[in-house]
Amino acid sequence: MMKIQLSRQALLSELREQVKDLSEQNLLACYQCGKCSAGCPSIEAMDVMPSQIIRWVQLGQIEKALKSKTIWLCAACQTCKVRCPRGVDLARIMEALRQLVLRENVNYVHPNTISKEDLEELPQIALVANFRKFTP
Amino acid sequence: MSVLELSYMPGCTLKTKAKNFETTTLKLLELLDVKAEELPDWYCCGTTYSLASDNVMNHLGPIRTLVKAKESGRGELLVLCSMCYNTLRRAQELVRGDEEKRNKINEFMYDEETDFAGDEVRVVHLLTLLKESIGFEALKQKLVRDPGDLKVAAYYGCMLLRPREIAVDPVAEHPSILEDLFAACGVESVYFPFRTECCGSYQTVNEKQLVISRTEAITESAVKNGADLIVTSCPLCYYNLDAYQPKVAKATPGFRTIPVMYISQILALLAGLEEIQDFSLHVVDPRPVLRAKGLIGADAAPLAAGAGA
Repeated sequence: MMKIQLSRQALLSELREQVKDLSEQNLLACYQCGKCSAGCPSIEAMDVMPSQIIRWVQLGQIEKALKSKTIWLCAACQTCKVRCPRGVDLARIMEALRQLVLRENVNYVHPNTISKEDLEELPQIALVANFRKFTP
Repeated sequence: MSVLELSYMPGCTLKTKAKNFETTTLKLLELLDVKAEELPDWYCCGTTYSLASDNVMNHLGPIRTLVKAKESGRGELLVLCSMCYNTLRRAQELVRGDEEKRNKINEFMYDEETDFAGDEVRVVHLLTLLKESIGFEALKQKLVRDPGDLKVAAYYGCMLLRPREIAVDPVAEHPSILEDLFAACGVESVYFPFRTECCGSYQTVNEKQLVISRTEAITESAVKNGADLIVTSCPLCYYNLDAYQPKVAKATPGFRTIPVMYISQILALLAGLEEIQDFSLHVVDPRPVLRAKGLIGADAAPLAAGAGA
């Protein structure tokens, strides 16, 4: 079990506020039922469950969430959003977290590292969508 | 029959990797007396709807296209690609419901002659057009081939159904529009639990293992439930499910491949439009299945007299 140091500063941190503003979600609405994790099609590849990400965000543990692989494996398929009994759009929280990283001018995927074969083979929609989600 | 006219936005991939989707749809629509007029200058829809509250910029592409559609004077805009459908519909909903963002977006419309309020154009997906404007029964009248015992796995993916405000089916969690369409055409759809699950989408660029695993789960489920083909309307689902099957087969002994086709390809075949089909864009060749089911080739089965009426 990972130890979490709770603090007033973390709960009131600017990063947590930014996640709230960018996602426009009521972070405290989540009551940790785990429906999002249960239905997530990409969960097998994730290091942290989607429901844990929102719990971290609730507790102001934003840096932890930003370091997770999970936020980059979410494909915004919206399955969690349409099933959440509390009306939380977790896909927007994932997007907000990705944006916090990308807006430091960080490329999660570097367009110039895509192989020539992939550039020829992949449909444009795959590339455009990928760069939209993974580059600043 | 009077001709139904509407604007049409193909999107990027229908001109390249999904050319077979466009060709078969346009020919089919011609047969159904629908005139789909391609907008002279449509814009990239962005493919995936931006979810960050302050990112208005990414919605300009779809909104510009909607303004062009409005200026064309035709009240409806047809889209075939599921991703175009999703971004256009959601951008439209945003403009309609959020006055502040609507004003901001309209400030950027330098080259457009009119503003956009959100409700001037109806965005219709091919499925909605077939169901509501043409009618499955009228479509059935145009079919000339007998599908025999062909079984399809109707794969919705995400973009036609989520969020539910923009879904092509009123029951987004348990849709039936695709199955209803095929049933009307005499084609049996098998139920398979992965029909509305994500294929891995744009993770195909940098997380190939994830998409291989999604492809395996989805295609295996379709095969196990007795399908001969997977049918979809999303060029990205199509690509992932089709192109990754040889990779799955290599890693998983006993894996059975299954062809993936666009809705319009099947409908066009049933309507006897065999000569326009381009099977060169498929990785898993659908011809052996289609031949076995009597849908292509010299001995393609004609519909028994009176069966289509």
